[in-house]
Amino acid sequence: MDATLPLYFFEVISDAQGLLVALGLGFGFGWFLERAGFGSSCRLCAQFYLYDMTVLKVMFTAIVTAAVGLWVFSAAGLLDLSGVYLTPTSLGAQLAGGLMLGAGFIIGGYCPGTSVAASASGSGDGMVFLLGFAAGLAIYAVALPGLELWAKANSVGTLTLPQLWHLPYGAVVLALVIAAGLAFAGAEWSERKFAYLKPAAPNSR
Amino acid sequence: MSAIASNTDGASCAVPQAASSRHMNPYLAGFGIGVMLLLAFLIMGRGLGATAAFGSLVAWASGLISPEWTAANPALKGYFADPPAANWTLYLMVGAFVGALVSALLARRVHWRIERGPQLSVNGRLALAFGGGAVSAMGAKLALGCTSGQALTGGAQLNVGSWVFMLAVFAGAYLLAYFVRKEWR
Repeated sequence: MDATLPLYFFEVISDAQGLLVALGLGFGFGWFLERAGFGSSCRLCAQFYLYDMTVLKVMFTAIVTAAVGLWVFSAAGLLDLSGVYLTPTSLGAQLAGGLMLGAGFIIGGYCPGTSVAASASGSGDGMVFLLGFAAGLAIYAVALPGLELWAKANSVGTLTLPQLWHLPYGAVVLALVIAAGLAFAGAEWSERKFAYLKPAAPNSR
Repeated sequence: MSAIASNTDGASCAVPQAASSRHMNPYLAGFGIGVMLLLAFLIMGRGLGATAAFGSLVAWASGLISPEWTAANPALKGYFADPPAANWTLYLMVGAFVGALVSALLARRVHWRIERGPQLSVNGRLALAFGGGAVSAMGAKLALGCTSGQALTGGAQLNVGSWVFMLAVFAGAYLLAYFVRKEWR
């Protein structure tokens, strides 16, 4: 059977239909972020004080789900992986940018996507985070345009773990599933071990 | 309703059990987000994202001031090529706002609040939210994506740069957590 996915790549759907798809997928994305409790900066940042590992559990489950799905659809010949956009790897830029985003996360309480979910439920700190995010983009564009060029100049192009390690795609997906299982076990252990760090509720004895 | 009362007086980092237990099982919520991500791959040939939505709006605003400068700026010209009304990620974020709003309404979680630990003032928290947002934006631009566009999307694609990014995000936050603990505890 010939691959017909991604639909947009094979021009089965138009640009305008793609925007409707974005609204629908966004609705689901925002719904599950809010359901997970990610509209709350306190709950998100609890990840970094060890007694609430929700962020790790949600992120890794999402990654494993989509990674296994990608592999199944491409192994079945239904999906042409070359039609799925892959962000180029630029190690120094992604290391430094990741450290900055992590710092912004613990200081500001959110990442961009979760601050949208927080703002939707009335969080003033989520709304101000978004304003700061827009301001940061403007500052970057005005003051640091050279960084963008540096990041692109140091790009090694698209690079995946199976290519880097010379392993079959399915083997790395299997390793990811096993690693996620170990991470989940570690997360459950951490929540039990550090439960005493959880702030006491002021009005619920 | 004590959960809501404690949220408005600022000590919301100590949410009573009854409130947090209304949240979905994290593995189930993660599965749901993973399905949305997989559908984005299968239908659109791209993952989820957030940064480009705000990049598009900033580029649009910048274009009102100086279209020439915006079209030549390395950090904005990619967003400026198309108007916000044609930006895929902006539609995704509009959808996410509505999805989160409907979810929070059904769970009766919509209320005005400034979340912070009991030792921090409202103005202090808002200043940190603004500064953290600004630092995040520069990090996301530098890394070519944020938690959605890099960590989730590239993580599922087994992208080397995305995994480096994701580990760096966790490392950065864990390294700083001790120093900002009064913000949350």
